[in-house]
Amino acid sequence: MPNYAWPQENDRTLIGTRVTRVDAPVKVSGQAKYTYDTHRPGMLYGKVLRCPYAHAKIVSIDISAAEKMPGVNAVQIVQGPGSMIHWEGDEIVAVAAIDEPTAEDAIRAIQVKYAPLEHLVSDAEPPKNSAQGQGPLSADDIDDMLDNQVPSQQMVSQIKQYGLTEKIDEDTLKQLKADGATDDVLNAIQAATVHPEAAQRPKSNYQKAAVQTIGDPDQGFKDSEFVSEGLYGVPVITHCCLETHGSISEWTDESHLFTHISTQNVSGIPGQMAEPLKLPATNIRVHQDNIGGGFGSKFAPDRWGIFTAQISKKAGGKPVRIMLERDAELKVAGARPSAFARVKVGAKKDGTILAWQSESWGTGGPGGGGMPPIPYVFSVPNQRKEHTAIRNNIGPARAWRAPNHPQAAVLTMCALDDLAAAVNMDPLDFFSRNLDLTKPRQEIYREEFAIASDLMDWKNKWHPRRQSSPGEIVRGVGLSIHTWGGRGHASDCDLTIHPDGSVDLKMGSQDLGTGTRTCILIVAADTLGIPINAIHLLIGDTNYPPSGGSGGSTTIGGVTSSTRRAAVDARDALFAKVAPALRAQPEELECVNGNVRVRGDSTRSLSWKEACSKLGAMPQTVRGKNPDRDKPPDLTNSGVGGVQMAEVEVDTDTGIVKVKKMVAVQDCGLVVNVKTAESQVYGALIMGISYSLFEEKVMDPTTGRMLNANMEFYRLAGFNDIPELVVRMMTGKGYDERGVIGLGEPPVISPGAAISNAVANAIGVRVPFLPLTPDRVLAALQPKAGA
Amino acid sequence: MRAFEYVSPNSKAQAMSLLATAWGKTEIIAGGTDLLALMKDDVVSPRRLINLKEVKDLHGISSGSNGMRIGALTTLDEIASNAEIKENFPAFADALMEVASPQIRNQATLGGNLCQRPRCWYFRNGFGLLPKDETGKDLVEPGENRYHAILGNSGRAKFVSPSTIAPILIAYGARVRVESPKGKRDLPLEKFFLTPKSEAEREHDLRPNEIVTELVLPLATNVRAAHYEIRQKEAFDWPLAVAAVALTTNGSSVTSARVVLGHVAPVPWRSPAAEQTLTGQQVNRSTAENAAQAAVAAATPLSGNAYKVQLARVAVKRAIMKAAGGVA
Repeated sequence: MPNYAWPQENDRTLIGTRVTRVDAPVKVSGQAKYTYDTHRPGMLYGKVLRCPYAHAKIVSIDISAAEKMPGVNAVQIVQGPGSMIHWEGDEIVAVAAIDEPTAEDAIRAIQVKYAPLEHLVSDAEPPKNSAQGQGPLSADDIDDMLDNQVPSQQMVSQIKQYGLTEKIDEDTLKQLKADGATDDVLNAIQAATVHPEAAQRPKSNYQKAAVQTIGDPDQGFKDSEFVSEGLYGVPVITHCCLETHGSISEWTDESHLFTHISTQNVSGIPGQMAEPLKLPATNIRVHQDNIGGGFGSKFAPDRWGIFTAQISKKAGGKPVRIMLERDAELKVAGARPSAFARVKVGAKKDGTILAWQSESWGTGGPGGGGMPPIPYVFSVPNQRKEHTAIRNNIGPARAWRAPNHPQAAVLTMCALDDLAAAVNMDPLDFFSRNLDLTKPRQEIYREEFAIASDLMDWKNKWHPRRQSSPGEIVRGVGLSIHTWGGRGHASDCDLTIHPDGSVDLKMGSQDLGTGTRTCILIVAADTLGIPINAIHLLIGDTNYPPSGGSGGSTTIGGVTSSTRRAAVDARDALFAKVAPALRAQPEELECVNGNVRVRGDSTRSLSWKEACSKLGAMPQTVRGKNPDRDKPPDLTNSGVGGVQMAEVEVDTDTGIVKVKKMVAVQDCGLVVNVKTAESQVYGALIMGISYSLFEEKVMDPTTGRMLNANMEFYRLAGFNDIPELVVRMMTGKGYDERGVIGLGEPPVISPGAAISNAVANAIGVRVPFLPLTPDRVLAALQPKAGA
Repeated sequence: MRAFEYVSPNSKAQAMSLLATAWGKTEIIAGGTDLLALMKDDVVSPRRLINLKEVKDLHGISSGSNGMRIGALTTLDEIASNAEIKENFPAFADALMEVASPQIRNQATLGGNLCQRPRCWYFRNGFGLLPKDETGKDLVEPGENRYHAILGNSGRAKFVSPSTIAPILIAYGARVRVESPKGKRDLPLEKFFLTPKSEAEREHDLRPNEIVTELVLPLATNVRAAHYEIRQKEAFDWPLAVAAVALTTNGSSVTSARVVLGHVAPVPWRSPAAEQTLTGQQVNRSTAENAAQAAVAAATPLSGNAYKVQLARVAVKRAIMKAAGGVA
């Protein structure tokens, strides 16, 4: 059995070193092509008529004038009369025309009559007694969930838990399937219990989940010598991808579609387009070279990806381009659920945490949403938790980098930081004292705390909270810890060695800008003993072996595992062909520095090119897979720990917060490329500073519209808002032997909590909600003045 | 963006003859940094754009015995890097360098900066300058008004005047020249900004067929001036409050003062109360605080912007201290 295991440190030439990303030159010189840059011959421009109301029923649509306009090739009603609209900006009609202005004129020529309905766009604390328990679901509820893009798993668990109000007949099931219900959902519906009496219950926007209890919270608080109570929260923010969502679709013949799409999920797109387009997945080709941000919001073709393909067909198969406008991107293409909580925590005077109680609420838009995983990381022995999900009309939620974890970190780490202050302990000591509640990662956190504390100079910078005097510029430090899974996804690749010595590697993966290309090449080159630039890597196309979507920090583990297996097999196959020429057994050979040679005998050596010529006339292709139980060991793993510390400066006169320094110490198992790993952490810190200080989806209560769907008032951190960032990757013993683990999510989890805690340390009081804007900071400083 | 006609006259007279006499049909384009966004968002949809960049005598900076003249088409970067401006009106140069980004300062013009439309998010979302929904209900008071006016907001106009350089220009006593086919008129810049009372009015004293042609900054002696703005982001962000002060001093005490606030009212907001508080006084922390307090004493914050009263007060205090420190 070949040895697929990761090489030991001394045997690595590239893995674990610092390699500059291979696509840096094309990125910085502007040559890298994104979907947004794609222009196909004869391409038509699509535009979308969007609903101006947050909640409405479509009464009528008249597209006749648009259809008659010169230059308009096709008009398609996306949601027809009778459809219920649950958020502003939802798609009603799409148009394809010869140019953008013509398409826009056509959109303006369409007459739609709406019957506006009452809307709710607030996610403020639910009024007392407003919440109702979740009850059995009707067919309409299920259709609403599909409409609202509630994840299939969540639907299944709700159907199982609460049952149905009616038996759902075959026709309705067919309709639900056509509307996008997965087989899991349909099976759950058929297996569900029916409670006909529940059909009469009026519906509330506020839905309370059952109280969850662990241990004995009452006793826990009784035994606590210190109790801290506080209010914490994070608002809805958007993904704000710099490259907006969208695609260019064309029909190469009656039954074959070619799509350029901005996606995190190249291989997964055809399967999602097949059913709505009534086309075999194999007839759909998807291509993407580079993507300008996804952050969890680009796994699906989306409704607009489907109608782009449909309208292309209507237009005779011509390429049609629909990339979202900036405002639509912020309104409909993804939001992170909000989370707020009143938290009570108790500890003994030595700092041992005993009890947790939380009443939390938040919204994920029309679908409501679940409770973040609180208390986060720390398994507090005694807990009582209640959560109310708010169903409202702000638009659908999507996975946002480390779904639910940044929210959980704020609700937990800020409450614990306040408890540390109540116990009068340095939070570093307080968190350290309770690390046994973080099993099995307590040793990782302990090591990381020591390193982070040095890098931040924590012991000199931390001070007990104190009242600031008006006008003072004050400084403070704060910390937070986090965890994530990150096991590698399913990923196949084909590695080909040609008789002329050239090598290519094909994989249907995508590089989100994180260095995926570079890391695949590092593993292949390290294994084959040739330079990175000797390998031609092809990714981003469904013509290549399927590789999973890049979400949940699963890419690096998946793509490197299959690459390693393919490269080992290809190398060993080459050894078998070369061995006779070197008068050796295949297992005596090694490939190092561009040579294939006999281990320990430098006289018996061939250059890579000479060695490959022994392959004969045909190139040799091997398939690498992950997971692959037949080719152990498991090369990827799950479960990481990270520590972050922030230092801030607050102007107590203006409430303006400046982050002065951030330290991130992060574990992700075996680090494939230290340089791009650090870069990914830098990016996460910048994103974290942005959501801590600036980002918020602002909704107008009267009209139900998003008011800051632009990049002036949906603020993102600029260069000057980014301070000194210090990143340290954990490597070596205790880390490397765990295998490769993903890094995308973990470092973006802690910044909100760490920065909020630093502000509390600086000004002596807690600013309850992110973002830490001047109005909120001043209100916290002057509670009587209100804000 | 809707289709439009683009004309590029090469004289003022030709430009004015191309302008309509009613709002909405024609718009002037200079740097275009605001207008194009308004057109893309369908907030304005002119049939004709009149490009002023080919009109030569609208461009440039000159100085005479009475002060400096700046053509309306001069870019913000050209003004900020002009040595005489930096020497004579250093606080204006400071304010210019805080506008938006280098790219925008290279493109945006002085006239365009003064004539830019408010950033009110209801206005930019198509609900009008005095925003109301389709049933006629006011949107700002019950809505999201965290960036709206805290002064001069008793009428229906609640937006804030967007120019961040207008306050310091008013503090320096700038006058603006407006020309129409009927002739020229000069007015203090302060009078150029108006609070509209109906949706038919605009926020400037400019008729549809008039053009802002130049700005005159009178030379001032013994004036110490300063500009101070409070922003969330370090750069490229709209301020939450702006203050500009110009103190005429006689040795150690203030003989006259101009205190002008920005981003707090539908117009650049001059505060006679703050000016009176400073007159005859030596500037120190206490007089600065008193003047700052006087500047916001009449503030009437809306449901979500009381914090701006504090920010405006701090901006005025810091601008006064900065001016007195001779920094500006």
